[in-house]
Amino acid sequence: MVSTAEDMASVQQHRDSAVKLEVRDVAIRYGSTTAISGINLDVRKNEIFGIIGPANAGKTSFLKALNRMNDFDNAMSVDGEILFEGTNISDVRNVYALRNRIGVVFPLPVGLPLTIYENVAFVPRLRGIRDKAELDVIVERCLTRSALWDEVKDRLDSLGSLLSGGQQQRLTIARALSQEPELLMLDEFSIAVDPVTTMRIEDVLKELKPEMSIILVTNLVQQARRLADRTAFFLDGECVEIGDTEALFTGQVEDSRTTDYIEGRFG
Amino acid sequence: MASTGIIENQFLETELNVSAKRTETLFKILFMFMAGLLILPVLIILTTLVVKGSSMISFEFLFGNPTNGMTEGGIFPALLGTVWLVGVALVISVPVGVAAAVYLSEYAPDNWFTRAINLAIINLAGVPSIVHALFGVGAFVIFFGFGTSILAASMTLAVMTLPVVIVATRESLQAVPHAFREACWNMGATRWQTIRRVVLPNSVSGILTGVILEVSRTTGETAPIMFTGAAFFIPVLPESVFDQTMALSLHLFVVSTQVPHVPEALPYGVALVLISMVLLMNSASIALRMHLRGKKKW
Repeated sequence: MVSTAEDMASVQQHRDSAVKLEVRDVAIRYGSTTAISGINLDVRKNEIFGIIGPANAGKTSFLKALNRMNDFDNAMSVDGEILFEGTNISDVRNVYALRNRIGVVFPLPVGLPLTIYENVAFVPRLRGIRDKAELDVIVERCLTRSALWDEVKDRLDSLGSLLSGGQQQRLTIARALSQEPELLMLDEFSIAVDPVTTMRIEDVLKELKPEMSIILVTNLVQQARRLADRTAFFLDGECVEIGDTEALFTGQVEDSRTTDYIEGRFG
Repeated sequence: MASTGIIENQFLETELNVSAKRTETLFKILFMFMAGLLILPVLIILTTLVVKGSSMISFEFLFGNPTNGMTEGGIFPALLGTVWLVGVALVISVPVGVAAAVYLSEYAPDNWFTRAINLAIINLAGVPSIVHALFGVGAFVIFFGFGTSILAASMTLAVMTLPVVIVATRESLQAVPHAFREACWNMGATRWQTIRRVVLPNSVSGILTGVILEVSRTTGETAPIMFTGAAFFIPVLPESVFDQTMALSLHLFVVSTQVPHVPEALPYGVALVLISMVLLMNSASIALRMHLRGKKKW
């Protein structure tokens, strides 16, 4: 809750600033095991922020902390500050509203066992939209933007969970878009998706950039190079380096491990 | 050709292979025989009942009152009484059982309280039905003052079958992949919104199956209703849940052992009706399960 004029001013300032998400000294622990620690980074508005790094670098745990999914996991504890639009998310009472503003796409596509239509209408319905015409518009818009509309427009009543992997992943993205998210987080979205669909989704992400911030966690360093404005390199629970993507890929690095990873010498 | 000879030699049976094969066949037949034995009791029971009891089945038998000291006439009060008892038991146990299972599966943290509930469920399932009967007398008939009535008997049945409903429901909830829940939570749905829109609709078939199996089990129970609401002989039909009633299972017990000069076919006829009700409900449950399983959802 914003109480004083000073706080009000600071929120206003954040609305104007270019930063969407600030992460300050974040550490994530599972019991006595530390998954990641000492993470400091900013995600700007209208940028694609890439996170690369080998398995077990703490990338997925990091995403879970950003929309407070750690609330569901008793073993997981998050220290440090995560500011979304200037508000510390651990102070957010209405955590559902926070999650609603952040879209998430998982490595394995999750088409809910509802019709394709209801998959996309899920969040609008939760928001209380009942008008069929209004829902129709939202469903068509989201499916079109996720490059799935042409393939499913004649069978919106079939189950979303029975689509092929690539189609389900685009359905998942359509569902995330129905949230009208300010931040879209994709966790290795292309793992279960064919190369053609991957390229289509990458095009979708480029089109979305002017409207939202996107965090792209990926195992494919070339994907980060194609899409990300800036890229962070995570390794063994720490953030080795954050930099302009092109710079990192052309060898302008502070830490040689970054180049080693990008060029495939380990990981 | 020489090379073919070598290949064939590789697959020649040795002494060891032959004996292993023989043992394999032996054990297969043994296990099959044991499994096949299961059919026998069902066949014998059904054949006996049909042969000895089917002559009793008629419209008057199903829809008439018992007459002449229960040695003649029909079984309608008992038939209707069983429907009452089972129906009211369901109305009580299904909402309570499903709600409890939803809590245990979807909300409960892993702590001493949850473990205590789970332990209680296991133990409740293990309590003998005659103990449930005495509990019913103490709790519902006397303490709550329902008297010997349909309500008291049905509540006793409900308590007895709660573990079945809870376990069946919990298992069908757990069969819904966790990824669906996470996807909903990530979009800002509450637990209840997730349960109502995604989890429950996809576990309804399992829950229904459990409920029908519970019904078929409740239908045949005798001990729990004997002291709590089912009567030896009442020529009038029950009008509310506070009346006593006859019941098929108890009626079978009575005409088989308690009443002199009952024609031999009568108990068989009653048993045939009772078992037909149970089999009918079991078949309905199987048919429902097959129908819903046919629709693959993920």
